[in-house]
Formats: sequence, C-alpha cells, structure tokens
Amino acid sequence: MSKAKIVVTLKRAVLDPQGRAVEQSLSRLGFDGVSDVRVGRFIELKLNGVDASAARERVEGMCKKLLANTVIEDFHIEIED
Amino acid sequence: MSSPSRLRVAIIQFPGSNCDDDALHVLDKVMGMAAFFVWHKDGSLPDATDMVVVPGGFSYGDYLRSGAIAAQSPIMDSVRTFAGSGKPVLGICNGFQVLCESGLLPGALARNATLKFECRDVFVRVEGMPTPFSSAIPAGRVLRMPIAHADGRYFHDNVASLESASQVVFRYCDHAGGVTPEANPNGSLGGIAGVCNASGNVVGLMPHPERASESILGGVDGRQLFESLLMSFEKKAGGKQ
Repeated sequence: MSKAKIVVTLKRAVLDPQGRAVEQSLSRLGFDGVSDVRVGRFIELKLNGVDASAARERVEGMCKKLLANTVIEDFHIEIED
Repeated sequence: MSSPSRLRVAIIQFPGSNCDDDALHVLDKVMGMAAFFVWHKDGSLPDATDMVVVPGGFSYGDYLRSGAIAAQSPIMDSVRTFAGSGKPVLGICNGFQVLCESGLLPGALARNATLKFECRDVFVRVEGMPTPFSSAIPAGRVLRMPIAHADGRYFHDNVASLESASQVVFRYCDHAGGVTPEANPNGSLGGIAGVCNASGNVVGLMPHPERASESILGGVDGRQLFESLLMSFEKKAGGKQ
C-alpha cells in the first residue's frame, strides 16, 4: 500500500486573493516580514496494491483529471510507502 | 406535453443545482419552449433535444472546485457528444463553471478577487463571434443582468488567443459600455463575463439571463439571449426549405 499526499496551489501567474487576505491578517496580528502567502488545498489518499512509482503515475493522472484544474493550479505529490 | 414545433430544451440537474426551476420557468412559460429536466445520473439526453442548459447553483456543494465534480457526471458524456454535433449548449453561472471544468469551454473560474460573494446587477457588453445566444443581439449592446457568485474570476493562460478568435461573448462594462476596472465585479481577465467554444455553439456566462427575463423581476435584458436562440432556430428551419 502507498500513501499519497497532494498539495494543490494556484499557479504563480494567477492572483491568490485568499493568500493576500491571510497575509494582511498576519501583518495586523503583528507577524512582521511575512510575504508571498499562498493558500492551497491538501488531499491525502491511500492506494492499495501499487508500488511507489506506479502510485505516483496514478496520482498524477488523478491530479490532471480531477484533483487539480491545471488551467489555474499546480500540484505537488509526495508518495510514502 | 407540447407541440412538436416547440424547441425542446434539456435542463441538467445536479445535486445542489438551484437555478434549474428558474431556467425551466423562463424557457417554458416565458419563452414558449418545451423545457424539461434531465438528472445528472441519466446516461443520455432524449433524442429530440434541441438545446442543453447547464443551470446555476452549487453542484456538489462546490466540493473540490466549483463545477469539478459535476463535470464528471454520467450525463456530461452525452452533453459532450451533443455539443460536438454543433447543437447549442448554454452554461449559466455554476453551469459555466461546469462547462469549463469539463473542457467544453476554455479557461477556468477562480475565487473572486474581492473574496466576496458578489450578488447584484451588472452590465455586460455583447461582442465576439455570432453564437446561437448572441447572433440576434447587435454587437456592442449593453445588457443588465444579475450576478450571484463567489468563483467568477475568469482566467485563461492565453487570453490574447481567445480574443483574436472572437470567443469573448460577454464582457463586464459600465452602463455606457465602457470596460473599466470598476465595472469588473470579480477581477476577471479582460473583464470577461462569458465565452464560447471555437465553433461558437457552446456558450457560458456568469450573469443570470434567466433572472432578467420578466419585468416583474426588474429587467428583461436576459431574454435577448433566448430570443436570439429562437431566431437562430427559425433561420435554420427556414434555410432547410
């Protein structure tokens, strides 16, 4: 069994208004020096009966087809055995 | 239920659709079409379908992304085939998001730059290539219609190509037709409010024409999209004789 952790974020070229709002709130709370805040989505799933390399390939397919919208989002995959 | 001459319109229902009844009422009772619901789990559209509407709402509670889960529904394969045959498909608000997520329309709709649910009347300018929903509306005409969305910020990674292909059909503007940052309610690239596919038969827009089709609701500008559709069918029928 493999476990996949997937992080989906807006592409750099796409404005992230949530990130900007969080950044402003952090600044108001006194956390100085914070910049470039991006808000994304975290997805975790288990894959039965596939090894790590096959798991990565399958999860990439899932990201391209459903988990991320590649017009506006990037995804990052981590596979744990 | 209707005479065969009435245009047969399939309105797709997903769990969480909430403008389906409004669309049915306007198309059937106000515009005189024969409108009916098609459940998202149905395998196919009725054979005699002339047009498909993907209505507004919050399909699947906007889980994952607005329209993302609905775009994978069983009925969407049939809608894809229908669109591929050149027949008209209209996506309104969440329906626009569903059509983008399903790849039937270019681009994507992201969270409003304002981070607010924008619920108010806006002005849009009609432009671009002639589509079944806009060909009878003179280019440059300004329509007032309501919007009600949180994820309406249109994005396309090559907006210039979309513009040069005349695929921008509706653009946010002020009452006089001027495209200004102030008239853009959600931060859409180029103030884009609605687009069509390359062949023009699939159209999606964030404003709600079905909520602006009766004077008792404050405006009738949205009717022009449906009148345009009726005229495009009349023209087609006339051309066959």
